[in-house]
Amino acid sequence: MARTLPSVDVVFVGMGFTAAIIARELKDSSVKMVGLERGRARNTVPDFQSPSMHDELAFAVRHGLMQDLSQETVTFRNTPDQKALPMRQLGSFLPGTDLGGAGVHWNGQTFRFQPEDFRLRSHHEERYGRDIIAEELTIQDWGLTYEDLEPYYDRFEYLLGVGGYAGNVGGEIRPGGNPFEAKRSRDYPNPPTAPAYLGVLFAKAAMELGYSPYQVPSSNMTRAYTNPEGVRLEPCMVCGYCERFGCEHFAKSSPQTTLLPVVLQQPNFALRTNAHVTRVNLTPDGKHATGVTYIDLATGQETIQPAELVVLSAFAFHNPRLMLLSGIGKSYDPSTGEGNVGRNYAYQTMGSVSLFYDEDVELNQFMGAGALGTVISDYVSDNFDHSKLGFIGGAYICAYTTGARPIEYHPVPPGTPRWGLAWKQAVARYYNHTGGLQVHGQSCARRTNYVDLDPTYKDAFGQPLLRITFDFPENDLRMSHYVTDRAGEIAERMGASQVVVNPRTAPYSVVPYQTTHNTGGAIMGADPKTSACNRYGQSWDVPNVFVTGTALFPQNASYNPTDTVGALAYWTADAIKTRYLSSPAPLVQP
Amino acid sequence: MSEISRRNLFRAAGVLGASAAIPAELRAEARQSRPSPAARQQAHPKPAARAPYRFFNTLEAAFIEAAVDRLIPPDSQWTGAVGAGVPGYIDLQLAGAYGQGARLYRSGPWDTGLPSQGYQLALTPAQLYRTAIASLDRQLKQHVSSGAKNAPAFARLSSDDQDGVLRDLEAGKMDLSGIPSAVFFETLLANTIEGFFSDPMYGGNRDMVGWRMIGFPGAYATYLGIYTNHGERFTREPMSIAQSPQEHHPMPGGLPPFDSGVQRRG
Ligand SMILES: Cc1cc2nc3c(=O)[nH]c(=O)nc-3n(C[C@H](O)[C@H](O)[C@H](O)COP(=O)(O)OP(=O)(O)OC[C@H]3O[C@@H](n4cnc5c(N)ncnc54)[C@H](O)[C@@H]3O)c2cc1C
Ligand code: SF4
Repeated sequence: MARTLPSVDVVFVGMGFTAAIIARELKDSSVKMVGLERGRARNTVPDFQSPSMHDELAFAVRHGLMQDLSQETVTFRNTPDQKALPMRQLGSFLPGTDLGGAGVHWNGQTFRFQPEDFRLRSHHEERYGRDIIAEELTIQDWGLTYEDLEPYYDRFEYLLGVGGYAGNVGGEIRPGGNPFEAKRSRDYPNPPTAPAYLGVLFAKAAMELGYSPYQVPSSNMTRAYTNPEGVRLEPCMVCGYCERFGCEHFAKSSPQTTLLPVVLQQPNFALRTNAHVTRVNLTPDGKHATGVTYIDLATGQETIQPAELVVLSAFAFHNPRLMLLSGIGKSYDPSTGEGNVGRNYAYQTMGSVSLFYDEDVELNQFMGAGALGTVISDYVSDNFDHSKLGFIGGAYICAYTTGARPIEYHPVPPGTPRWGLAWKQAVARYYNHTGGLQVHGQSCARRTNYVDLDPTYKDAFGQPLLRITFDFPENDLRMSHYVTDRAGEIAERMGASQVVVNPRTAPYSVVPYQTTHNTGGAIMGADPKTSACNRYGQSWDVPNVFVTGTALFPQNASYNPTDTVGALAYWTADAIKTRYLSSPAPLVQP
Repeated sequence: MSEISRRNLFRAAGVLGASAAIPAELRAEARQSRPSPAARQQAHPKPAARAPYRFFNTLEAAFIEAAVDRLIPPDSQWTGAVGAGVPGYIDLQLAGAYGQGARLYRSGPWDTGLPSQGYQLALTPAQLYRTAIASLDRQLKQHVSSGAKNAPAFARLSSDDQDGVLRDLEAGKMDLSGIPSAVFFETLLANTIEGFFSDPMYGGNRDMVGWRMIGFPGAYATYLGIYTNHGERFTREPMSIAQSPQEHHPMPGGLPPFDSGVQRRG
């Protein structure tokens, strides 16, 4: 028999960045909140300390901080006519788990989206006419604008302590920053990173070609910083164990280093870990949530947590999955185009260029930090003329120096055998003399890319897994080809003896790591038929359910998502605080 | 963007002058100043007494010891996978959580699937090795006539023939009691590379030989203050996790000293 706990005002499903932000914004209200996190509690000390944190095998290869697939995974296929099979090992993406979520082991590359990203369909139709958008693409406008989000981007960046050099403050374009970025209200809180060697070589070549390189906005601190919540971060030590690792130095912005120290002290907030939520409970008419059911993983006890408001803050997979498991909204069907939950699953279209140098060029890529990179945005979004290109969208081109841990990083030129003496000697020869450019590309939504419940496979709790159907649309492959070729031209001027261009190719595979920038499934929009949530992240179907995170993105932009994820969480929190709590009702009338 | 404003990029980034680093110039300099690095000297660590295997039986041990040394063979400069302790590393992995299928989604039904769908066998890594090696040995025995009848077959082949068998496995040309041979080969190759490059506390990478070979310094906690010495060769001894507690300096003041022969750029 399930046990029922006393009711609260707000329950969070998952305690990553987004939940922590909303919990903090409601600190002065009288609402009583509970945060449910399936994983364990953890903190910088003792959990992320050196030397044990500097263990590539345990954390980067065996995924020590990520979701345990023996408990829960997804199933995957490329197209609707294939049979989806479970992703049995982690590969293409690495969902987080435990207190703080993926914000513990992210890189900290902190970019804003551009204004046209939020009006993707309208923008392209206005500039180029309808025909530029391929028939199969189901890209949509977000239902909000960059201007709506700007103050919330600002809040999030000051919370994180982002280091960067602004290219556009109040409309003034500043040399040395990103000239394509939209108007921001003020500077970054901290100075930019100093470039690594590869970044300098890249910047020089890019400038020769007339591009505008700048340093990647970084949530690895460039100096000691106390954020507006009074939480102090320390300078990044450029340790090279950043992505996939927790930061021992209090230097990477994470929920633990920016928010949780104050959230966990709020009298109106309680954290419950080892609490795996299995569904949102609804009234019999299906129009109102009464709370959530979770399994207490310490005891196995099924537990009902009644609540007035449910916030789904469990990342892009679990948010739409919980909606479908609970009967919130209608499951998307690609054959009819109907259904508002599960549609527009998108990803990131990643190309790359490898640069093999002579043996006396010491690149020292192992001296890295998660967001240490030099980048150009000349080929992002619609920053370049698409009228004759046959695709929409773009990618940023970046020389990253994030660390070069050798189990995963031991590049050799094409044509080298995959093992044996020649391979070994090539690894020794090339390890410290190889660099790469990342081509970090947009991902357009497509009619046949979506998520729904798998008919066959179940998780450890007996519930259907989420099924992903995804392959790269032709539009995005063309984009990747085009921009990766441009990256190759830059690379040719960087002094390498050999340059190898690797654009994205189909089919998409769940095996090699690409990014954990999975988006969509519970998208926001203006029309309840083609979106699961309104512009505030509020479910159209069950208005006392709000959704956070990348699940809300109608498609994915060129840039990494988390700055936008954080801004949206502040935006949603503001709507809850100033409007929803005083009159709990739909914030937008369809 | 004008020349002056381009220079501003680096003023903004706090590294004025760094953009003057031209690769050609640098190369010349590096060539002259290159010290003979202590870090590269211990190329052939003394073989330690090998710990007994926990997982492998004698047949499996014979296969692994022969196979991994073909995947990463010794050469005149650097030892191979056996010298680095890779068989012991794989043995401990298979005896532990990884080998037992921890973190692997293991519910059926099972299907072959497409390459884009990844690993789809019902076997844990330990079961995969056990089944595949036994099956391979049975098949090879039909072809190998030399040596004692029951001796492990792969180990008795010439190096060239061993390479040939490995290439067949890699190409998926063999059926190992239902296991596609390429799946086994990729697992073996990945585990061999792990054993050569992971921290020595896992039993491989003995004396950090894998790290010395490529010039990876291991578990240092900071490069702040030196990563901007662009193009400078890092010559300090690598550091393992076991050494790190004694030498761990989280702050810049505690940075390890640099080899005096190294040129600094700035
Ligand atoms: C390796 C890696 C590198 C990255 N690098 C970058 C980067 O450089 N820049 C960038 O912009 N973004 C990056 N990201 C993405 C970034 O980490 C995420 O966008 C961000 O952390 C999302 O925050 P969130 O709160 O939405 O979700 P999460 O951080 O994923 O938190 C969700 C939480 O919900 C919990 N949960 C899930 N299901 C349940 C359930 N049923 N019951 C209870 N709890 C549940 C999870 O355990 C988790 O703690 C990276 C991600 C990864 C994995
Ligand atoms: S690179 Fe910097 S921010 Fe990242 S883990 Fe190391 S010290 Fe922390």
